[in-house]
Amino acid sequence: MKRKPIILQILNNDLGGKIVLGVLALVVIYVSFANLVLPAGSTFHISTYTVTLLGKYLAFALLALALDLVWGYIGILSLGHGAFFALGGYAMGMYLMRQIGDRGVYGNPELPDFMVFMNLKELPWFWYGFDNPIFTLIMIMFVPGLLAFVFGYLAFRSRVTGVYLSIITQAMTYALMLAFFRNDMGFGGNNGLTDFKDILGFDLQADGTRIALLLISFLALTGGYLVARFIMNSRLGRVCIAIRDGESRTRFIGYRVEQYKLFIFVVSACMAGIAGALYVPQVGIINPGVFSPLFSIELVIWVAIGGRGTLYGAIVGAFIVNYASTYFTSALPEVWLYALGGLFVVVTLFLPKGVVGLISQIKDKLNKDNKNQESEVQNATA
Amino acid sequence: MKKSNLIKIIFLNLFFLTSLFASFETDIEALKTKSFKKKQQVINELVEKYSDDERTETLLKKMVDGDLFYTKKEGTFVILEKKEGSTYHTKTFLEGKVLEPQNKKEFNKVKTNNGLRSVIKSNLAQMNLFSKKKEVRLKSAKNILSNVDEDSKELINKALSKEKDSDVKEVLLEAKTIILAKYSSGEEQLQAVKDLSDFISSDTLATLKNLYSKEDISSELKKAVKSSISTVETIRSYYGVLEKAFFGLSMGSVLLLAAIGLAITFGVMKVINMAHGEMMMIGAYTTYTLQQVMPGLIEYSILVAIPAAFIVSGIVGIIIERLVIRHLYGRPLETLLATFGISLILQQIVRTIYSPLNQEVKTPDWMSGAWEINSALSLTYNRLYIIIFALLVFIGVLMVLNKTSLGLKVRAVTQNRQMAQAMGIKTSWIDAMTFGIGSGIAGIAGVALSQLTNVGPNLGQAYIVDSFMVVVFGGVGNLWGTLIGAITLGEINKFIEPVAGAVLAKVIILVFIILFIQKKPRGLFPQKGRDAQD
Repeated sequence: MKRKPIILQILNNDLGGKIVLGVLALVVIYVSFANLVLPAGSTFHISTYTVTLLGKYLAFALLALALDLVWGYIGILSLGHGAFFALGGYAMGMYLMRQIGDRGVYGNPELPDFMVFMNLKELPWFWYGFDNPIFTLIMIMFVPGLLAFVFGYLAFRSRVTGVYLSIITQAMTYALMLAFFRNDMGFGGNNGLTDFKDILGFDLQADGTRIALLLISFLALTGGYLVARFIMNSRLGRVCIAIRDGESRTRFIGYRVEQYKLFIFVVSACMAGIAGALYVPQVGIINPGVFSPLFSIELVIWVAIGGRGTLYGAIVGAFIVNYASTYFTSALPEVWLYALGGLFVVVTLFLPKGVVGLISQIKDKLNKDNKNQESEVQNATA
Repeated sequence: MKKSNLIKIIFLNLFFLTSLFASFETDIEALKTKSFKKKQQVINELVEKYSDDERTETLLKKMVDGDLFYTKKEGTFVILEKKEGSTYHTKTFLEGKVLEPQNKKEFNKVKTNNGLRSVIKSNLAQMNLFSKKKEVRLKSAKNILSNVDEDSKELINKALSKEKDSDVKEVLLEAKTIILAKYSSGEEQLQAVKDLSDFISSDTLATLKNLYSKEDISSELKKAVKSSISTVETIRSYYGVLEKAFFGLSMGSVLLLAAIGLAITFGVMKVINMAHGEMMMIGAYTTYTLQQVMPGLIEYSILVAIPAAFIVSGIVGIIIERLVIRHLYGRPLETLLATFGISLILQQIVRTIYSPLNQEVKTPDWMSGAWEINSALSLTYNRLYIIIFALLVFIGVLMVLNKTSLGLKVRAVTQNRQMAQAMGIKTSWIDAMTFGIGSGIAGIAGVALSQLTNVGPNLGQAYIVDSFMVVVFGGVGNLWGTLIGAITLGEINKFIEPVAGAVLAKVIILVFIILFIQKKPRGLFPQKGRDAQD
């Protein structure tokens, strides 16, 4: 018997995941084609702006996926996942900053503009190594992972759970936001890092680079999804769900709950870091606003709207809310906060399982009706 | 008896009589003279005779400013109020009657020159120093203290000999000692320097430091200066600590006000109300609106604002509870998300109604200013009142929860909902009331906050994380924990702030709490008992 490819093995019994990833793959391929091949005058041509937007959504989807891993499968409602995203983003931003070289306004080959502006004479120690892409790639995962490890170790060891954990994670991202807003932190203060020129030698403004980033984002999202799905299909995943549904019971059976939680939390943080690193070159800026509690909570609503605990639901939610956000903030900026606030209320009250849950609910209902009809028919014939 | 003597007596008596009939009104007529020398004499006489008459001060002040005139026709003294080209708006000096605007040709100015002005000014200073009112004397003495010069030595000595009030005496004595330390020499200077160690104002410290930096002083004097400096600095740093403790206490009070309401909704009802900050915002905007509605009554508007804010925020809270939260009991994470959505909506509503800009709320007079305990320690009234207010609110809430039947029912529902329902308590009504009270107290906190910061749509956001920290730190469901938590965090913040800066202080506190929870995951005063785990 021929073995199935590993991707399909992981996606076995995951119709939603197959559909969402499949649709995204088609969209990404079509967009790349329409942007690169079709001439700019053609009605089917897709602008670089749209490509960038799609790339941003993909990065956000990866972030939502990371949150769903901890919230949906092990019951940790992190209100500070934006912090891991931002740290990954800052690591990437530092690399891109170093790539500018002497093309900055001040033309200093060693120091980024904002440091010259702040009268710094030499590079702070934590900037060393960020001119190396391999080192940066490691840091993108290592820094958020380390923070998650230290934070998670302290929090889970002392059995901070539920609401308390949520509030502390919120405090964590709030503290980081305050710190990163400081100009003397060496991360550009409230302006953040921006004015990037190129990445790995490719011009960031070029269409080709944009498409490449889009494709990489899609691959990262797919990879993240497969990793998450793989974990959840394994024995480890089943323990996680056991912890989510009955932490004390699982502990009582003999599982080291803290270690499972810590592992998932760190994996999720690394994933969020990668999402941040993909977000920054496409959007062209990273600033402390990403650390704000508002962003992290908004992120929770992406997952809640899509459907918590389904993985692909998180992706769907991220796309829905961010598309709505893009639309409203340009068309009806006054309405956006009302709409977002309303979404929070409506989803928690009426859509506890999100959009994805709604679809399966409708399907269940239809099935039930069909069965009822069938049984009525059977009764009638009997 | 000699004839000449008799004439003298008659003359003296006559003089006495005229002086008996003389009055402020008639004496000031002499100011109309053209001679500056004569004017100077008149002024000195006026000050001598009418130093306690408030009109003397006004007259002299107006004269220095060049606003004193008299009409050419009747010769009545007038004060210039406003100039419009060559038209003068005036009022009479003695009666204060507003006159028709007239051309400036109708008036003669009571002219002054530099010499006369300096005479008037020194007279004004003296008059204040010998005024019957203690506050005026104290202010004048402080004024002298902050710009001492050698010339005022005589004046100070004269004032000291007459002064009976100990506060004023203290200031004058300090000024005198500073003059001695600065301008005398030898034994006298040495003694003055030693005496200065008893005083703590910044002027004393500046004088001593100035002396210390001089090179041509004897080693003995230098030693005395040094020891005095260290004494003064020790005392001042002691008061500095007291002042910081006071600031910390006031910040703790603000946190307490913000957190009490949260402690009720979060601790008692297990509802994470992320819109709590917006309830404070509503309270602050209620204060602002009231001030707009009754602009003439700033002094009282804040007193009206307290119940008004309680009612407005309370009603908004009850509406939220009935519409949303009621469906989410027992699911704290869901209440968190839903109330966060509500907070966004409320912020946007305020932006739509009042504009996204910050609004300024006026502080009534009785809340501005400071209570000066001594020259190194003064406590601002607004912070003082907020501390008292926070404690009153705390005691009030404690009373309501522990002494009233509503409080009893609230606790019953908290402890066992089904049992309470079986006993005939309308649990859903109690839920709404509890949430309303929690929100109402947040509204009151907003009134207090409006006196400290600008009122804007983001007002609540700035406090929500802090308030949750207080509740988590103090232990959920325990009002005493909230009190101690709030004050501790306020104090820690104010003591770290000068060393690390405001932002880093916040960061350190957050780290501190995260570490604290390692030791006590359920806060300072954890709930005990069977259902505490849920």
